Amino acid sequence: MDFQPTEERRMLADMVAKFVQNDYPMKVRLDAGATDLGYSPSAYMQMAELGLIGAMFDEDIGGFGGAGFDIATLFTELGKGLVNEPLSDTALASGFILAKTGHLGLVEQIISGKKRVALALIENGADYDWTMPETLAELLDGAWQLTGSKTSVKFFYGVDAVIVSARTSTSDGISLFLINASATGMTQHQFQTVDGGSACDIELNCASAILLGLEGCSYETLDAAAARSTLAICAEALGIMDSIKSMTIDYLRTRQQFGTVLGKFQALQHRTAQMLLEIEQAKSAVTNAAKDLDAPTDERNRAISAAKYSIGRIGCYVAEEAIQLHGGIGMTWEYDLGHFAKRLVMIDHEWGDQDHHLMRYAQS
Amino acid sequence: MDLNFTAKDLAFRKEVIDFLEEELPKDVATLVKADIAVSKEDTEFWHMTLHKRGWLTYSWPAAFGGADWDPVQQFIFEKECAAAGAPRILPFGLKMLAPVLMAFGSKEQQDHWLPRMCDGSDWWCQGYSEPGSGSDLASLKTTAVKDGDDYVINGQKTWTTLGQHANMIFCLVRTDATCKPQAGISFILVDLATQGIDMRSIRTLDGGHEVNEVFFTDVRVPSSNLVGEENMGWTYAKYLLAHERNGIANVGISNQKLSRLKRLSLTQKRSGKPLAEDPLFAVRLARLEIELRNLETTNLRVLDGFAKGAGPESSMLKIIGSELEQNFDDLTRRALGRHAQAHTPEVFEPGYNGPQVAPKNMANQSAAYFNKRKVSIYGGSNEIQKNIITKMILEL
Repeated sequence: MDFQPTEERRMLADMVAKFVQNDYPMKVRLDAGATDLGYSPSAYMQMAELGLIGAMFDEDIGGFGGAGFDIATLFTELGKGLVNEPLSDTALASGFILAKTGHLGLVEQIISGKKRVALALIENGADYDWTMPETLAELLDGAWQLTGSKTSVKFFYGVDAVIVSARTSTSDGISLFLINASATGMTQHQFQTVDGGSACDIELNCASAILLGLEGCSYETLDAAAARSTLAICAEALGIMDSIKSMTIDYLRTRQQFGTVLGKFQALQHRTAQMLLEIEQAKSAVTNAAKDLDAPTDERNRAISAAKYSIGRIGCYVAEEAIQLHGGIGMTWEYDLGHFAKRLVMIDHEWGDQDHHLMRYAQS
Repeated sequence: MDLNFTAKDLAFRKEVIDFLEEELPKDVATLVKADIAVSKEDTEFWHMTLHKRGWLTYSWPAAFGGADWDPVQQFIFEKECAAAGAPRILPFGLKMLAPVLMAFGSKEQQDHWLPRMCDGSDWWCQGYSEPGSGSDLASLKTTAVKDGDDYVINGQKTWTTLGQHANMIFCLVRTDATCKPQAGISFILVDLATQGIDMRSIRTLDGGHEVNEVFFTDVRVPSSNLVGEENMGWTYAKYLLAHERNGIANVGISNQKLSRLKRLSLTQKRSGKPLAEDPLFAVRLARLEIELRNLETTNLRVLDGFAKGAGPESSMLKIIGSELEQNFDDLTRRALGRHAQAHTPEVFEPGYNGPQVAPKNMANQSAAYFNKRKVSIYGGSNEIQKNIITKMILEL
């Protein structure tokens, strides 16, 4: 057994860490997060040029990674820097689906950063459960048209195309479609997210679409894409917790009250210790999920749900506990902790929250 | 033992509900129930409305023009106000400074400052915390030095809530640095228009502007603004904390959040079914409801025992109440599912007619969840409250 990362993955981690340190100041992140786009296009392009998008895909489809530990390594480092550029939302999951359905040209453009393709699954009546879309696809004169609503499509603003899940009248299964961003019949309502970013609600009214894969047969592809993207945000949360841990330890070591540093108070020592051991448990959950990302479906999904449940529970606890351990300073915009905490809690609201995954694990 | 409200209590409750139905503007209640910060104008309007009815000073004794309600009536009033979505009565003047003036202020100070709190002439804010003195408040360093008929104040206060609307601030200042820290603190009233005061906003993690820092550079304050005796300020500040029984547990607010959450769980859906039918959610909600029912009775028991003297009860109420309020915000955020990410307070702007992402009263909910992390930090953090409890009980 060897828990050490490979040389390649160590280099990947170092490269991302250098990018964050040299080219990704918090102010840029926060300013970009407040725009309609919700991220910085120049930072995104720089990351593509560094090969970070390619690291999420395997060599067969033009990448140079794509395994669970590649994704986990990349996103843990991105999380440490609170990097907001939408790699999991509009590159990893959508690129995986496009590769599985033979659209390699588009995957190549995603890897090079030239194109972004959003993934629109969530509907109001089902929320985290993406297995039951009400959006309806109809075949008219040999062309598909989609009608329905999707909500909270992250980083949809400014994409080149979007993958939409739908049902058809001639199949019981889920179908996936690709819609060009400029297609008629698709309207968007853009809004900001509380963790600093952008999302859209989308209305589809007879929007022209291309079928991806076979009609009614996309459940497994989508499930595998969801697993990859879920692993990515679990790893991101781990990186965020790592930074929160450092900030909290530094603060406890330096902040003076009652004539000594806060870290001298046993009540706070014990709470800090509890936080640190929970973070280690979260790290193990992500390690398990990374290991099983390409395992048989049931095994993979159990590991993914175990990780997402653990990250959801521990992430919210760490966010709240770190703010409390800091006191008033942790409540301010100027101090970075709050921004890390907001993103960490919001990760529980993507790809199913802790209760959703606890139930999925229990029922599997 | 009779744990039921008396007929008199119930008649009083109806009177309060009727008043709120009549006088509380619906649009203001909508904002309050959606956790949108209440504007200065709406707060002043609501204070004035209560003042006209004689209820603004409901917590004051009759001798000072209070409503002379017993603690149970005060409890009912607060609960119904919260349920209706009434703006919070600002505590800084009416509930924090006023009791100190009544107990320790001069007749002149009482006659001058108390009526001005009621008619809206003064908006008070609090100058306690400093950058280096948070939980360790007694270490505060802002100095007040006697110079002729004045005190000259130098230093910095922080976390001054709604200071941007205030014209007056009550401060704890150091008047003696040679003794035990607690023994050299005085309580003084300062006009914010005085030369040498600079107020700067602090942006909170939810993006809001609620707190401020206040800088004092050679600020001259007449010595007639000193409350009570010099170097007795710590005693006055502690008196206030130990006597606050009502309100501190925020039972009214948590009840309002419980009913809001129950309604939400009927309309929010997961996998096509109402969230209320999700067993994990139902268990989370049941836990909070049980905690709240327990807290309500704990609070009433504390009110009942008030005459027996001050113990650690207000600290207990503060800890339980603040954590429960936070837990309601936490579960409300969870109930929103994917929509918890949407931060769309613009839907409350006048004239907004665009689409809504989350239900309208939830448009600011996630920001409110983060904002409410403050309630276990401010007013003496919950760790400090636990110190107070164990100090009183262990007697070591």
